[in-house]
This record gives sequence, structure tokens and C-alpha cells, in this order.
Amino acid sequence: MEAKKIGCYICTGCGIGEAMNVAALEKVASKEQKIPVTRSHPYLCGAEGVGMIRQDMANEGVNALLIAACSHRFKTDEFQFDTPLLDRVDLRDKVLWVQDVASGDATAKEDLQMMAADYLRMGSVKLKKMEPPDPFQDAGFSKDVLVVGGGIAGLTAAKEVAATGYRAILVEKSAALGGMVARMHKVTPSRAPYRELEENPIQALIATVEGDSHIKVYKNAAIRSTLGAPGLFDVTIHNGDTLTTERVGSIILTTGYSLYDPKKLDARLGYGVSPDVVTSLEFEEMAKAGKIVRKSDGQPARRVVFSLCAGQRDANHLEYCSGACCAYSLKHALYLMEQYKDGSAYVLFQELRTPGQGEEFYRRVQEEGGVIIKGDVEKVEKGAAGGLRVQIHDKLLRGHEQLEVDLLVLATGMLSTVDTSDPNNPSPVGQVASEEAAYVLNLDYRQGRSMPELKWGFPDSHFICFPYETRRSGIYAAGPARRPMGIAESITDATGAALKAIQAVESVARGAGLHPRAGDLSYPSFRREGCTQCKRCTEECPFGAINEDEKSNPQFNPTRCRRCGTCMGACPQKVISFANYSVDMIGSMLKEVEVPPADDEKPRILVFACVNDAIPALDTVGRNRTPLSPYVRIIPLRCMGSMSLVWVADAMSSGFDGILLMGCRHGEDYQCHNVRGSALAENRLSKVSETLNRLQLESSRVKMVEVNIMDADTLPALINDFAAQIGSMELNPYKEF
Amino acid sequence: MKEYTFFPGCSSEKNASAANMEHSVQSMCRMLEIQLNEIDDWNCCSASIGYAGGGQLPRMALSARNFALAKQQRGSTDLVATCAACWLAMRETAERMEHEPEVNADVNTALKEANLSYDGGIKTRHMVEVLIEDVGWETLKAKVKKPLTGLKVAGYVGCQTNRPFGVAGDDYENPLYLDRMIEATGATAVPYAKKVACCGGALMFSEVEKSCALVRDILQCAVDNGAEVIVTPCPVCQLNVEVYQGKINQLFGTQFNIPVLYYSQLFVLAWGGSWEEAALHQQVVPADPLRRFA
Amino acid sequence: MAYDLAFARDVYKNSEMGHWIKMCKQCGVCAGSCPLGPHWEHSPRQLFQLVRAGKKEEVLRSNSMWMCTSCYNCIVRCPRELPITHIVHGLARYAVVHGYADPKQSTHRFASNIFWPNIVSTGRVGEAMLTMRLYFADGLSAGIKQGLEMKDSALGMLKTRRLNPIPLRGKIKGFAGFKAMLAKAQELEKKREAAA
Repeated sequence: MEAKKIGCYICTGCGIGEAMNVAALEKVASKEQKIPVTRSHPYLCGAEGVGMIRQDMANEGVNALLIAACSHRFKTDEFQFDTPLLDRVDLRDKVLWVQDVASGDATAKEDLQMMAADYLRMGSVKLKKMEPPDPFQDAGFSKDVLVVGGGIAGLTAAKEVAATGYRAILVEKSAALGGMVARMHKVTPSRAPYRELEENPIQALIATVEGDSHIKVYKNAAIRSTLGAPGLFDVTIHNGDTLTTERVGSIILTTGYSLYDPKKLDARLGYGVSPDVVTSLEFEEMAKAGKIVRKSDGQPARRVVFSLCAGQRDANHLEYCSGACCAYSLKHALYLMEQYKDGSAYVLFQELRTPGQGEEFYRRVQEEGGVIIKGDVEKVEKGAAGGLRVQIHDKLLRGHEQLEVDLLVLATGMLSTVDTSDPNNPSPVGQVASEEAAYVLNLDYRQGRSMPELKWGFPDSHFICFPYETRRSGIYAAGPARRPMGIAESITDATGAALKAIQAVESVARGAGLHPRAGDLSYPSFRREGCTQCKRCTEECPFGAINEDEKSNPQFNPTRCRRCGTCMGACPQKVISFANYSVDMIGSMLKEVEVPPADDEKPRILVFACVNDAIPALDTVGRNRTPLSPYVRIIPLRCMGSMSLVWVADAMSSGFDGILLMGCRHGEDYQCHNVRGSALAENRLSKVSETLNRLQLESSRVKMVEVNIMDADTLPALINDFAAQIGSMELNPYKEF
Repeated sequence: MKEYTFFPGCSSEKNASAANMEHSVQSMCRMLEIQLNEIDDWNCCSASIGYAGGGQLPRMALSARNFALAKQQRGSTDLVATCAACWLAMRETAERMEHEPEVNADVNTALKEANLSYDGGIKTRHMVEVLIEDVGWETLKAKVKKPLTGLKVAGYVGCQTNRPFGVAGDDYENPLYLDRMIEATGATAVPYAKKVACCGGALMFSEVEKSCALVRDILQCAVDNGAEVIVTPCPVCQLNVEVYQGKINQLFGTQFNIPVLYYSQLFVLAWGGSWEEAALHQQVVPADPLRRFA
Repeated sequence: MAYDLAFARDVYKNSEMGHWIKMCKQCGVCAGSCPLGPHWEHSPRQLFQLVRAGKKEEVLRSNSMWMCTSCYNCIVRCPRELPITHIVHGLARYAVVHGYADPKQSTHRFASNIFWPNIVSTGRVGEAMLTMRLYFADGLSAGIKQGLEMKDSALGMLKTRRLNPIPLRGKIKGFAGFKAMLAKAQELEKKREAAA
């Protein structure tokens, strides 16, 4: 690339021009920062403003853009140019809108001007330090998608992948496709008016998949090993006597669920007391066979108790709700009443949960005469006339009742079939499994062969904000393998995961990052000679992107990388950096802030704010026009995980009086997009007092807080209180140096 | 002169408990140039407790006879009721006759014994609906000659004017029409939490103490929120909340003495009618706070 | 046997709006919305579950149905849109028809034995007679006592011409037809109820 030529464009719209001395700002850019082209425009995001920039790029050779306007989160389409070298300086949302200059107070105006100038300086330095990224490429990239598990979710995922023109490879461990759903009679309603049972869709789906030339199916197959990284996964499939290796770009895990072992249930539920105590799946199979009868003597089963939550939402068994059993059991009640007009179906529930349109189906079952009872089974004995005598606790009538019934059906819960590990206790490194046994994928990651778990053995990454994402890049979980769910949800889930998998292979092919920094073309570069093999980067990477060689040298897998910068923040030697993000870049930015002499009594407070939650929250503060201390200077970080302690020392020695770090919630129910970034930053900060002691400064000058995207109402007080606290302390003595 | 067929109901008869409502409604309608044509020889609707002795058919036959007479005498003109229970019983009967063919057939079989029949077509309306929908808020406000400025009024909607049918467009939990009527007279509607609480209804006769406790809570809430008078559209509410104050004071050691009026009385007074035209002389708890506007 | 559905199925069929009982999902909004809720032996929700549990005696001998003030709060709040007020009235009537209602239950006595005969005898309510019959339902001395307790109110009503000093009232003009109509309606109603 030819030499960098920066153009600085200051927007004077949205009130910026009236409130600030724009000529002075232009001077900061042109004279102080020596930016060759500096212009201002009253409406920069309009066609004329954007055209002006394009013209400079075409005629003046400008190839790096400093756009000083609003927050980088707005006008992203308008300010999109053909250069990777672009930075946005926010003069509006985080400057103009959080400073109270309406009164015309001279000091306020002066503070506003200083603030704007500082942000312009930081942006200039950032752009000067920025290099165009060189996207990672490999001739061996594959765009095929591996689907593991051939049940309703896997079949759907393969079908959807193929339907978009990509190739899918479907691996099924058993001899036939269809999974659990193939064992079912009918399915709960998926269409308006949500009252009628529907034909089982699985056979038609199997036929579609088996007839699709874009889908290659392995049955009776297991995965011996999965090596590599997105775009470059080498998957060895063990099928009978043969081992086949397939290269794929991304993977969808749809291994479904296994049912909780009914023999482990509490004795009160009576499993094993009589063959007439059955699981929901056994009842389903009876219905499919057309014979709802007592298993003990083959007599018609006209009176049946369906007990929901058997061993679920129970601290001694499964703590969670499987989400689908309520509707599933209502369906069973309907099977019964369809087979026997005089049938009596009793549905014993804790809370009947029928989300979506399930309420309509629930109504239908009640209309047909199904009786719902909030309560528990207390005791099960064989009945006097065959069948069962079931004692129940009717919680709403507060009574204990005996029911003579023919069958008791227990709705047992779903367990994930994906082998997962607790991320804090990863499985041993370097072990090679002799056979596939317990592992679904047999991964080749420093952190182990299994998938990291979120909770209760499920491999999710962040179930609310980012469904399907796992902590292994390019590997997506869908259906009950991800979390318990029913058929309709599994279909939706598999479709979503298929799109994620396709997005992954395409991003990898471009050398671009995946979620959450989708499209980022940079990736970590590593200065090997400086590395001390301390293993912090390999240990701390939340996504296991960095393996180690036998000498503990880090081995980067660029396509596994999510570009969070946690390795960069972790590295004590500063040998890891990105073309567009580095320790030096942020350090230089903060040093560029003009720190007034102590006599001015204007402290400076540095705020490091996570771009994912804290920055949007700050933008909202701006939109609310809530004033913030004029002494704060905000630097957005990709993730708190990228926070280097060097910056704390740099800031303190540059004369900042306090540092506030805004990361995401961590620990259980974490909200960090990169899983552990803010937790790691806090851990690093625990060592900051060392640095401060060395500088003979109070440790209360550095504070880390958790900020949620919704915190715009509380954020101003948090910032202003910290500013007041810092203001009440002696100013940083290093200002004078 | 707009005409409506009129069903006063038993409590609006001469020397009956809601005679003050009847008198003030007639004054109000005169001022609005509305003529109410009372159904000749109407019978009781059996209110909300007819179910016990009357079951379904006899209960519905009562309202059906009134419909049949109304249609015979006045055609399909809208039938207006002033009593919440009458309005509700008639609307319920009309709905069931319309939607349940068996009920319609059986009721007509019974009507035949009285040489009557009813094949639907009459719309049953409450007087407040007539005011809101036919007369309109602008007229209600424009007629004010003596605005009741400064008068603090708790609008007590109660149950049956509000549920299960209610006034179109209003809310079951916080209906606003009565407050708007109060404000239309120039008075101030005080906000308070018991606007749609139950006064015990007919159970004031059979469960006196339980019902009195309900009324005590309503009175207390209105008084605590600064109300000088309570205004209601319902004769059962009016009776229970006004006449039982003595009993409540006796039971609970309270000192309630707050007038309970009908919306119609407020309008008549604000529109320049006399104390007598507004039937304010017929209050058991004297309407003293209104004297300043008389 | 508990949860024998014979009683429930009869109620579904023969009690006013009874078929709605099977649609109750036991959320309890009705119980929390009832002005006399604390006084009910069983809340509407519980009554419905008792019906489904086959507890005929417990349902029909309950005084619960007689605590209904007909405020209709449960109806407008029920998320399943059950006509709860009417169902409860229906169960009360069902208890009367099947001879379970306690004759001493005050609302039953008033509604079934005083109020209904009062309107049927003339065609309209005679408020004064109604009150007298109510007060004297427990005998002469109890009636005088109750009358004295309420004398201030009664005097107030008399003074403001809102109570008729003469308790007797005349019949409506078409009383003969009215009476025949009700007799026919009762006959049809009995036929319905006998199907039970």
C-alpha cells in the first residue's frame, strides 16, 4: 500500500458547529497533528459531505479517514468507504450531548472545547498507528458444513444447508436417520389453529435429505477426531471398518438428547413397582403401536395419570425444565381420549408451561375433558383390580387422594448428548483418545477434547443474546443438544444454526472474524522472539484459539480467533497485537490527551469502556442529554479482556488522576461477549496496586465496574461520583513531569 | 325531542329506594329534551339474585316479557335502563336469546302463555351510554350554568355498570367516564383506589357485616382522598354506601357522614336546576356540601 | 373414588355454564379478585377443582356459592374467559335443585325464599315487604331486634320518601299472563334440570 495520507473531516451539524470552536479543532488536526487534509462540513453524513470525502480520496490521494462526527455506532452505512483505515471521533454523543453548555458558562464552553480537542488528538494518533490488516488466507479453506446427529434437528440443518447451495455432510451414529422423533406417533400442532395433532414429519424429511445430492450421509458412524479450525476442520469419521477424513468449514452439533434414567427417580414415583408405571417415551410408543393398554395384563388403559416434571426442576435430579414435556404430555392425554371415548386423563403438573401457541392446544385438551391437577405423586402401589393405586397430593385442594388407574406415565427430562467440560476445569491436554467413546467431536484444543459447557452439561455460549454460538468458533449447537426443547423449536433452531454455519464458512473465506467482531479482517500477530512461553495467552483465550507446541510456544489458529484481544491484554511482553489494535496504539492515545497543569485544578479521568455494553450505554446517556463530568476521557476497548496493565501505568505517569474501567457482568450469568474478558481484566487489576505502589499512588484511583447496556440511567451518577471522588483527592503529582 | 323506551326498574318506583335517582333522571332528561317512554306494565328483572329461585329460564323470561311489551308498545326504539342490575339482566338475556337458539325457543314458549313473543331487535342501553354516546361530552359541558367548582367528588363506578359489559371504550380496572362526567360539571374528581370495588350488592341483605366492611373500605378510601361527596350511577351502590353509614359507624366505630349522590343529581344542579329538581331533598345523608352551589 | 368424573360430567352438562369448569387452569385470579374472597370456604378455583375431583358433597354443601355478590370481577379478569359469576350462580342453583342447599344459609334463604317469591307474587319488588320478610325470617323477636337496629336508616328512608310506609303493593296489570309465563318457564326449566 502506498504511503498513508490522512484526511480529517469534522461535522459541524447536530449543534457541534454552534457549541464548539471548529476552526480551533481544525487547527488541532492540521497544525498540531499535522494531518494534511482537514475539512469541516455542516452535514457530513449527507450526500454532499460524503461526496466531499470521496472526492478527496479520488483527487487528493487521501486513503485514511478520521471522521469527527457522531458515535461510531451511528451512520455506519453513510460513513463506509473503500479503505480499512478509518476511525470515528465522537464529538456529539459522548461530548456535546453530555456537556451542559446551554447556560453559556465560559468554563463549561472551555471544558467542552478541551474535551473535543482531546478526542480529535486520540483519533489522530489511533489512525496514525493503524495499519491495513492483511486478512488470513489458506488455500485449503472448505465451505462444506458437517452436521453431527441425524434427528429432526440434524436433518433440518442438513436440508437447510443444502437448500442454500452448500454441501452438507451428515453423520449419524445409528443405522437409521430420524432420531427420537422417529419413535413418535404424532406431533403437537405447529399450525393455526393449533388444536389438531399433526402427522409425524420425520419420514418425509428423511426422504428429502437422502434424496439430496448436496448431502452426504454417514450412518453407523462416529467421529474419531476433529483437528484444525474453522475453514480447515479435518474430521475423521469412523464408519464400520473404514476411516474417512473430510475437510469442512464449520460444524453443527445436533446430537439431540438422552432421557434421564427413570430408575434413578424417587421411589415415590413408583418406577419399577409395576410394568404399568411407564415413561412418556414408552407411552408414545404404545400409542404409535395403536395399543394403549396396561403393560401388566394387556387390559385397556382407560384411566391414566400423567405426572409431569418427573425428576425435573428438582435439586436431586435435573435442576432445569425440559421445556417440551408439558405439551408432550398433553398430547398423550389426547391420544388416550381419542382411543377411549370414556377415557379419563389426569395431568399432574407443577406449572403447566405451554409457550408459544401451546395454550391453544392446552385448551383443546381441557375441552376434550382432560383433567389437570397441580400436585405430585406421593405413592404408587399395585391396584386391587390390576393397574395401579396412585396416591397424589392435590396441592390446590390441599388434599391427599387415592386414584385407581391403569397407567402412570412419567415425563422424564432431557440430558444433553454433547460431551462438555467445565471451562474452569478443562480436560487434560495432550491426551489422545484411543476411541471415540464419550466424545462427540474429539476436538484438538489445548483446553481439551470436549465442548465447554455453559450450565448443566449444555454446550451453549450465551443463550439469550447469541443462540447457537458455542465457545468453539465455527461449531454451532442446535436442538436439544444445545438446550432442552421440543420439535417445532428444534426445527427453528436447526435452521438458525445452518445459517450461522454458512456465515462462518463465508467469513473465514474472506479472512474475516466471526461473532462478535463479525467482519473484522485483522487477527493477532505475534512477535516470537519476545515470547517468554509464560502461557498466559494460551490459557486465557476464551475460545481456545491458541494451542501450544511442546516448548509452550503459542500456536495461533487465526480462524478460531474472535478478535477480542484477550491474548494481547494478557501478554506481559506486549508481543501480541493487531494491525488495527495494539498496546502501543491505546497507550499512545491516552498519552496524547492534554493534561492541564495542577494549578488549573482540572483533573483528568480516563475511562476504558467495553464497546459491547458500556459504549452503547454511554451513547444512550448522550441521547438522554445527561451531563457527565467534563474531566472524563473515554477510550473504547474491544473487550475488557484486552486491557493491558501497561496502560494503567502509562495513564498514571501521564498525569491522569483516576481510571475507571467499564466491563460487562462476569461470573455466573455473565454478559461478556467474549465469555471471560471482564473477569480476566478484574483478575489482572488485582495486581495493579503493585504498579500504583511503585508510583506511590493510592489504589482507589483505579476502579473497575460492571456496566450493562441498559444502565444509561445509573451510569452518569457512577461516573460523576467517581469524578467527585478523584476531585476530592490530591491531584496526580506526575502531572508536573 | 329524542325518545327512548324506558325501563325504570323496581327501585325507581314511587316511594322506593332510588326514587331520588328516578326524579333527577327525569329532570336531567327534560333539560336535555329527551323523552322517556316507560314500558307499560313492566315487571321486575330479578336483578342479580334471581338465579337462586328462578334458575335460567324463568329468570330470562322476566326480561323477555319486558322486551316483548317494549316492542309491542314502542317498536325497536332503544330501551334505556337507569339501574345497573336491570341493564345487566336485560343485556344478558338478550345475548343468550340471540346466541342460544334453545334458550330463545324455550323463552318464547313461556312468553306465549302471556300472549307475547319476542324475536329480538331491541338494543338495551344504560342511561350513561345515552349521555356519552348520543348527547356527547360537548353538550354535557355546554349546559353547565353553575359550575360546581371546587367540589371534590369521588366517582364510585361500582360493579355492574362496569362489569361484565361496561361502557364502550372504557377500562374495567380504571373506568374514566364517571370522572369525566364529574369534571364536566366543573367539580374535581379525586383519584382513589376503590372506584370499582364492590359494595356487597344484594348481599347487604344477607351478609350485612361482611358487606358493611366492604362499604367501610370504600368510604374510608374516598374520605382519605379528600372527597366531600361520592357520586355513583348505580342504585344499589347508592343505597348501600349512603344508608348503611349509620350501621357501619355502629359496627366499626367510624364517623362517616358523607353524601352519596347520583351523576344525574350533579348534572341537574350544575345545569341550573333546583334543589328539588335534582331530588337533593331525598338524601338520607343531607347533601350539605352542595348547598353552596344551589 | 377420587377423581371419578361422573359428577363433573353431570355438572358440565346440567349446571348453568357448567361446561366451562373443565377449562379452568387453576391460576387463582378469581380467588384474588373476589370482594368476599376471604369468606369463601372454597374459592371459585377450588370449587371447580372439587367438581373435577368428584367431590359432590363438598361442592354442593359448601356455602361458597352463596358468597357471590355478583360483582363480575372474576369474569373480566379470568385469563381463560370463564363466565365465573354465572358458573358459581349455576352451582348454587344446582345445589338448590338437588336438595343440598342449607335452608339456613342466609343468602340462599333471602335469594331463593324471600326475594324470588316476592317478585313472583306481584310482578315487581316490594321493597318494604322484602325487608320485613327478611327481618322476620328468624321469628318475631329477632325481627323486631333487627328492625330496631336499622330503625334510623328506615326512618331516614321514610322521611326522604324512599320507603313505602305501606308494605303491601298491587299486582301488575298482566299478572295472570305473567304468572302463566313463569309457570311455563319453570316447567321447561324443571324438564332441563330433571335430565340431570
